[in-house]
Amino acid sequence: MAQKLIPELLVEDNKFCPGCGHGIVNRVLAEVLEELGLADKAVGSLAVGCGCLMMDTFGTDWVQAPHGRAAAVAVGVKRVRPECCVFTYQGDGDSLAIGFSETMYAAIRNENITAIIVNNGIFGMTGGQMAPTSLPGQRTTTSPKGRDAALTGQPLNIINQMKNLPVGYLARGSVDTAKEINKVKKYIRTGIETQMKGGGYSMIEILSPCPTNWKMTLQNSLDHIRSTVRATYPLGEFVKDGERTDA
Amino acid sequence: MLSVTCAGFGGQGVLTAGLLLANVSMVYGKKITWVPSYGSEMRGGTASCHLRIGDSEILNPFFSSIDTLIAMNEESVDSFQEKVVTGGVIIANSTLVKNKTFRDDIRVAEVAATAISAELDNPRGANIVMLGAAIGATGLFPVEDFADGIDAYFGKKGRNNPLNRECFMRGAQAALDL
Amino acid sequence: MSYRLMKGNDALAEAAVRAGCRFFGGYPITPQSEILEYLSSRLPEVGGTFLQAESELSGINMVYGAAAAGFRAMTSSSGPGFSLLQEGISYIASAELPAVIVDVQRYGSGLGDIFQAQSDYHQATRGGGHGDYRMLVFAPSSVQESVDLMGLAFDKAEQYRNPCLILSDASIAQMMEPVKLPEMQEVDPDKPWAAKGKNGGDFKRITSTMYYIEDFDGYIKAKFDSMAAAEQRWENVEVEDADIVLVAYGISSRICKEAVAIARSRGIRLGLLRPITLWPFPTNAFKEVNSEVKAYLTVELSALPKLEDDVKIACEMKTPVKHFLGGANIPESSAIVEEAVSILNSREEVSWLKN
Repeated sequence: MAQKLIPELLVEDNKFCPGCGHGIVNRVLAEVLEELGLADKAVGSLAVGCGCLMMDTFGTDWVQAPHGRAAAVAVGVKRVRPECCVFTYQGDGDSLAIGFSETMYAAIRNENITAIIVNNGIFGMTGGQMAPTSLPGQRTTTSPKGRDAALTGQPLNIINQMKNLPVGYLARGSVDTAKEINKVKKYIRTGIETQMKGGGYSMIEILSPCPTNWKMTLQNSLDHIRSTVRATYPLGEFVKDGERTDA
Repeated sequence: MLSVTCAGFGGQGVLTAGLLLANVSMVYGKKITWVPSYGSEMRGGTASCHLRIGDSEILNPFFSSIDTLIAMNEESVDSFQEKVVTGGVIIANSTLVKNKTFRDDIRVAEVAATAISAELDNPRGANIVMLGAAIGATGLFPVEDFADGIDAYFGKKGRNNPLNRECFMRGAQAALDL
Repeated sequence: MSYRLMKGNDALAEAAVRAGCRFFGGYPITPQSEILEYLSSRLPEVGGTFLQAESELSGINMVYGAAAAGFRAMTSSSGPGFSLLQEGISYIASAELPAVIVDVQRYGSGLGDIFQAQSDYHQATRGGGHGDYRMLVFAPSSVQESVDLMGLAFDKAEQYRNPCLILSDASIAQMMEPVKLPEMQEVDPDKPWAAKGKNGGDFKRITSTMYYIEDFDGYIKAKFDSMAAAEQRWENVEVEDADIVLVAYGISSRICKEAVAIARSRGIRLGLLRPITLWPFPTNAFKEVNSEVKAYLTVELSALPKLEDDVKIACEMKTPVKHFLGGANIPESSAIVEEAVSILNSREEVSWLKN
C-alpha cells in the first residue's frame, strides 16, 4: 500500500498562502537534510519576509536575523560551529534588496554556508511591492504602471553577480513543474554537500510563484514562470565544485 | 609627580622615547600615564606625547603645566615653552634648535642629540640621547639604573642594540656636564 | 603578577580574550581600530575567530550569530559606526542573548571627528535601538578599569542574557597605563539554549522571546527592574561633607578627581560622584552624599548636557544641578574648581530663597 511520507522536520503544516512555492521548497529542504543525516546538526538563519513563517513549522534550530542580515548571522554561527550545517533561507527582497551587501560578502569571502534564496520577484509579506528581481513592466503595488527599468534598474540576477567569485556552488531551479522540483532537490543537496565537505559558499536560487501578489491563479503563475520569468533567470547549475559549468 | 612632554617631528621617535620613559618608570614601581598627541593635534607633522610619572595614583592624565619638555625640534620649543613651569626643564635638541631665545626662569639643557646619534652610528637613536639628557637633568632615576631598564626593554623585544645604551649615556653625560 | 603597559584599546581586546571571548566581527573606525588590529592576531592564537566585516551592520549580526551559537562574542565601534550597530543590538536584546559591545566615543554628530568625547550618553543609556530594552553600560575611567569591566561585562551579559556595553572614549582608548591582567578563562559554549543543531531534542528558535513568553510585558519589566536594582556601581570621593558634588564618568572623572584634590587643598569642600554603571544609573550613590549639599555639577566632554538629566532624576530635583561642558576640549581641573566656587558664591547670594 502506498504511504505518504512526510519529513519529520515538517513539524506543523506550513502557514504560506495557497499556491505559494515556499511550501515546496520547505518540503524539499527537509527531505535533503534528513536524507543526508543533517537534521540534528542543522542551524538555519532567516530574517524577515514570508520565509520566516517556517520558523515554527520547520523543526531545525533557527536564528532570526534583522531584515536582510541572515547571511551575516549564519556566518557568525558557522564560524564558531563549523560542524553544524548552516543555511540561510530568505526571499529575494530580504536577501537581495536590504540584504544585498551581507548576501554578496558571504559569497565574496566564500563562507562555508548554504544560501537558499526563494525568488518570487516581489515583496510578498508586505503586500506585493516591487523587488530588485521584479521584471520590467511587472505591475506591483509600488510600480502600478509596471516596473520602469529606466527609473528603477534592471532585474537583479544574483547568479551573474556571484558566478565570477571563487564560490563552491551556484544553481538556479524552479518549482513550476515536478521535473524542475526534482532538480531543485538535487541542487539543494549538492549545495549542502558542498558545505559539509568544506567546499565553500553555495547558493541555490529558486524561482517560485506568488499567486496572491501576482494576482494570478496558480496555473497562470506557473505558466508565467515558464513563459516569462525563466527568460530573465535561466535555470541550471552555474558553478560546481568551484568551477564554472555554464560557459 | 612629574609632568613630561616629549615632542618633535613624526619619525624622530618621539612616541618611542615616551614609551621607554613610561615602561622603565613602570618597571621601577612608578605610577604613570602616557597620552599621545591625537586628532587635530596630529596635523602638521608634529608628534608629541605627554607623561605623568609619580609615586601615587595619577588622577588626571592631562596637564597644561609641563615640568620637563623634551624638544626634538624647534617647533616643539615654540609650541610648548610657554607651558613649562618656572624652574622647569627643557631638553632641546641643539642640532635642530638653533639661536633660540629661552625663558630665563627655566633650566635649559641643549644637547646635540641628532649629531651625537649620527656620530655614534645610530642615527635613529637621537630620541634616546634626548631621553638620557632628560634623566640626567631631572634626576628622576639613577642614570645607570635607567640604562639597565632600556636594555631590559629592548632585550625583552629581542632587539637590543648596544648603541642605544651608548646614546643614552652620552645624553645623560651632556646634561650632567651643563 | 607584574604590570604591563597597555593602550586602552589593546587592554580592552586582551581582557575580552581572557574573559573567554572567542568571536569578534567588526569594522575599522578611529579611534577603536586597535581593538580590531589586536584581535586579528590574538583571537586565532586561542582558537577564536576574528572577522573584519563589510560593515558594522554585518559585524553586529555576525556577533548575533556567534552569540546564538553559545560563544562569547563581541564587536566594537565608535560614533557613526555605533549608530549602525543599534539595529543588531536591539535584535540581540530581544532574543535575550549575551554579547559585549564597545563604543569608543568620538566627538560630534554625523561624521564628527576622531578626538575624545562623551556625546553618546543618551544613545548608550536609553537603548539606542528600537523597542523595550536596556543595556548594562560600563564606563571605565582608566586602562585598568577597562580590563576589569570587560570581564564583568561578559559575566553580566551571560547572567542576564542581555547585551552589555563598554562606553569608553578616544582618550582612554589611546592612552597607556600599567595594567594587571586577569587569568585566561575558558567558557563552555554549549549552553542549553545555544543554536547548535537540535541533536535529538526540541528545535530551538532564537528570535524575539516575546513570541514565546506569556505576560511578556511583566516579564521584561521585571528583568530590567532587577538589573537596575542589583547592578548599580559607583565610586564616591569625599561626598560626605561636600558642599558641591561633581558628577562625572570615564575620562571626565579623572579630571574631576584632580579638581577635588585641588579644591580640598584650598579648603573648598568639593566631592565627586563617579558612576561606573551609566545604566543602571547609580541613584543609590546619592544616598551617601551630604544631605546639605548645595549643588551637583556634572562634567562631561559633550557639547550638550546629557548626564545632567540622570542627576536631576537621581536627586529628584531637590538639589540644583548645574553642568560644565568640556565640548571638544579637555577642561582644566582648575576651571572646574572655579566653576564650583562660583556656584557656591551665587548660592550664598540667593540663599534667601531657602527661607
